Amino acid sequence: MTEAAETRTTPRRGWVLSQAERLVESVDQRARSSRWLRRNAGRVSPDHWSFWLGHLALFSFVVIVLSGLLLVLWFKPSMAPVTYDGAYEPLGGVVVSEAYASTLDISFEVRGGLLVRQVHYWATHVFVAAMAVHLLRVFFTGAFRTPRKGNWLIGLGLLVLGVVGGYTGHALPDDLLSGTGLRVVEGGILAIPIVGTYLSSAIFGGEYPGDDIVSRLYLLHVFLVPALIVALLAAHLVLVRRQGHTRWGGAGKTGRSSVGSPFAVHIARAGAYLLMVFGVVLVMAGTLQINPVWLRGPYDPAHVGAGSQPDWYIAFLDGALRLMPPWQIDVFGHEVTLSVVIPAMVLPGIMITALAIYPWIEQKVTGAEGDGHILERPRNMPTRTGLGVGFIVFFVLLWIAGGNDVIATAVDVPVNWVTRFLQVSVIVMPPLAYSVTKRICLGLQRRDRDTLVHGRDTGVTVVSRDGRFSGVHRPLNRHEAYALTSYEHRVPFEPGPETDENGIPAPRQRGAKVRAWLSKVYFVDVIDQPTAAGIGASAGDAGQSDATGQSGGRMEGS
Amino acid sequence: MTHTYSPQPSSNQTTTTEPPARRHTPRQVAGLFIVAVSLAVSLVVAAAIFYFGFSGDGLGADGAGEVRVTNLVIGLTLGLALLLAGAGVVHWSRVVMPGPDVVERSSDDASVPAQRDSGAVRGARLGRRKLIRNSLLGALALLPVPAVWALRRFDPLASTGRERTAWTEGVRLLTDVGYRPIRVSDLQVGEMVSVMPASYLELPDEGPARLNERAKSPVMLVRMQPDELSAAEGRENWHVDGIVAYSKICTHLGCPVSLYDRTTHHVLCPCHQATFDLADNGAVLFGPATRPLPQLPLAIDDDGYLVARSDFTEPVGPGYWERQA
Repeated sequence: MTEAAETRTTPRRGWVLSQAERLVESVDQRARSSRWLRRNAGRVSPDHWSFWLGHLALFSFVVIVLSGLLLVLWFKPSMAPVTYDGAYEPLGGVVVSEAYASTLDISFEVRGGLLVRQVHYWATHVFVAAMAVHLLRVFFTGAFRTPRKGNWLIGLGLLVLGVVGGYTGHALPDDLLSGTGLRVVEGGILAIPIVGTYLSSAIFGGEYPGDDIVSRLYLLHVFLVPALIVALLAAHLVLVRRQGHTRWGGAGKTGRSSVGSPFAVHIARAGAYLLMVFGVVLVMAGTLQINPVWLRGPYDPAHVGAGSQPDWYIAFLDGALRLMPPWQIDVFGHEVTLSVVIPAMVLPGIMITALAIYPWIEQKVTGAEGDGHILERPRNMPTRTGLGVGFIVFFVLLWIAGGNDVIATAVDVPVNWVTRFLQVSVIVMPPLAYSVTKRICLGLQRRDRDTLVHGRDTGVTVVSRDGRFSGVHRPLNRHEAYALTSYEHRVPFEPGPETDENGIPAPRQRGAKVRAWLSKVYFVDVIDQPTAAGIGASAGDAGQSDATGQSGGRMEGS
Repeated sequence: MTHTYSPQPSSNQTTTTEPPARRHTPRQVAGLFIVAVSLAVSLVVAAAIFYFGFSGDGLGADGAGEVRVTNLVIGLTLGLALLLAGAGVVHWSRVVMPGPDVVERSSDDASVPAQRDSGAVRGARLGRRKLIRNSLLGALALLPVPAVWALRRFDPLASTGRERTAWTEGVRLLTDVGYRPIRVSDLQVGEMVSVMPASYLELPDEGPARLNERAKSPVMLVRMQPDELSAAEGRENWHVDGIVAYSKICTHLGCPVSLYDRTTHHVLCPCHQATFDLADNGAVLFGPATRPLPQLPLAIDDDGYLVARSDFTEPVGPGYWERQA
């Protein structure tokens, strides 16, 4: 830019800035916000790629809300029959519900309507997926520990609400697939002992399918679920702000301090990522077709499409329904269909409960006191990591089972074989995955220990004068060593003596025994953490370790 | 946005020590923004072409062609424009914005015990007025009871509607497409036809009655050689010359069972792969279903058309608590 340009732009910039200053000042005088602003401007956001997963979920939710606001302008949540005479000729003259007809109108007659529909749908997939991956990040790094156990529950609630929001939206267009999904849900509700028929009648306003369900789900989808999501989201973010973000350990990064980018930079970057999430979802919506309701036709309870599948975040339940053996029991002359009750009610109940109470269980096991602000590397908590991977394997196998017919068609084997194979896998594989993961973690710990004691392998091999080969290792500098050792070394604890010296039984002995047993499961095979003395002794014969790590020491390859 | 950061560093910055990558960054950022802007402009151009250039007739046979084109163009231009604008800001924030890591020391998170005791918790003093506390809890616990009364009203409808369909004695079987009555000679061996009861057509157009009936009355009519059938006791005369009728509603979760294999007489539900044998009284062969498909007893009326002998002898569709096991 030339000097003339500088002088030309300077007054304008000055005017804009002074106006902005005046605006800020007048707002501040009324809202008394400067203290709040100063406090927040000083907040620090620790940097790590995985800390953006929550933002991804938040931003995709923003996309969902904005596209949803456009869709409500045209969607008619009514099951009243109308004769379709819109732009999509193959369905001309067919009697369909108003909900279905208005979905076709949005797709074919509202300008850009199909794009908005596809944006809404793709953003939902991104939203739920981002929340799920965010949850895994929090789980595997131990970010759920005190004081964040409450926020873990709120996050879990958000995930469940996201799934409910996605499902209720999926049911609204009243096409063949959404109706089939509703039918399965109705069957699941009916199977609930004692109250099943009451619930079904209450939900559907009488017999299935009735003509109420779309308007009822609409209320849930556009009002109740989003309102709850916004409320929980606000609580989630306020808690993150008040408790500070978790962070990785390192020199100067303790539980009481946080290192990272200033708030303003964080906000700028967050705004950029919001734009990018918008952009990616738009590109997906422009190029990848999703939920083509016109190809499936309107819902008719007497018809079904082959290969009917729910969305991926529900598919694990459908998979469980497919894998369940045909069990049915008789309770006082009443019929209880276990092949439905277990996968549709008991299983999700157990999965959500297990996730919800895990932070409390782990606290009992570790006996951890005080706050855990510093994240733990997955390898340093092998049992937790193993449990998490086992859970993922279980979920993924059920998800695969939700497409057993598609797989059978694709690889050309009988669907019964796929089902039998998955029935065995879903029981055998998760424990196997747990065990293998735990071994891998312990192996990685051992490697860390070797690295600490012997230094990093440089890949250089030297031959000594007398013909001996040895690898060249570079000792770690203090920062590297700190990062590898700054985790809490835990060992199993003893339940304590059964009785004291006077033969009086110790109080709460049973609970202590359970805790001691769990603690043994968790920590019996931990790798010893090397001590500073041990490292020094080992490094001593290999040459001086250099704090900057620039020059390498040499030692014999083992 | 770009003009606030001049490509040439101003004089008070130490420009010579800056690495080349950093010096080029403003230009790269501006480039990203300019591409983003031009994409947005091309979107406007495309929109104008769509507006003036296309008629409402559509490009494809199904009328969806034009929508596909506009969808692709708008999605790509707008999406890439936003994506590049975002990428520009990220690039900018990484390199140009002053951003050394800062350290923040957090204060103690937990509230001070003295505050807790004197303030919120003890202030409520719920623990000291046991009578008030217990009566309050009691009142809250009893609040949901009236809801049970409200639920109760749905019951009769639930069980009677669930146990009956539009099939009764003498009701003709009509093809699901075209609603034509069916003679024995209309059906070849190996053929499968979806049928509805003639009484279905008498249901009112208004309200959900027809839709509800379609959720429980659909029937599969199949014909096989009479000696292939192994009818259970009491069902020997439920077929007409090897023509049998079974409920189409899966006993697992209510999807319409519809994938029929004419050589094995097996029928598969596409939802959860429950498999039934229509030659063997609808017995379950595989999958999660626990009960056979209900069979509809058949007869021929005076005009030679297939009719039902009665309603199904058991409720169709998924199981529930009140169902007679």
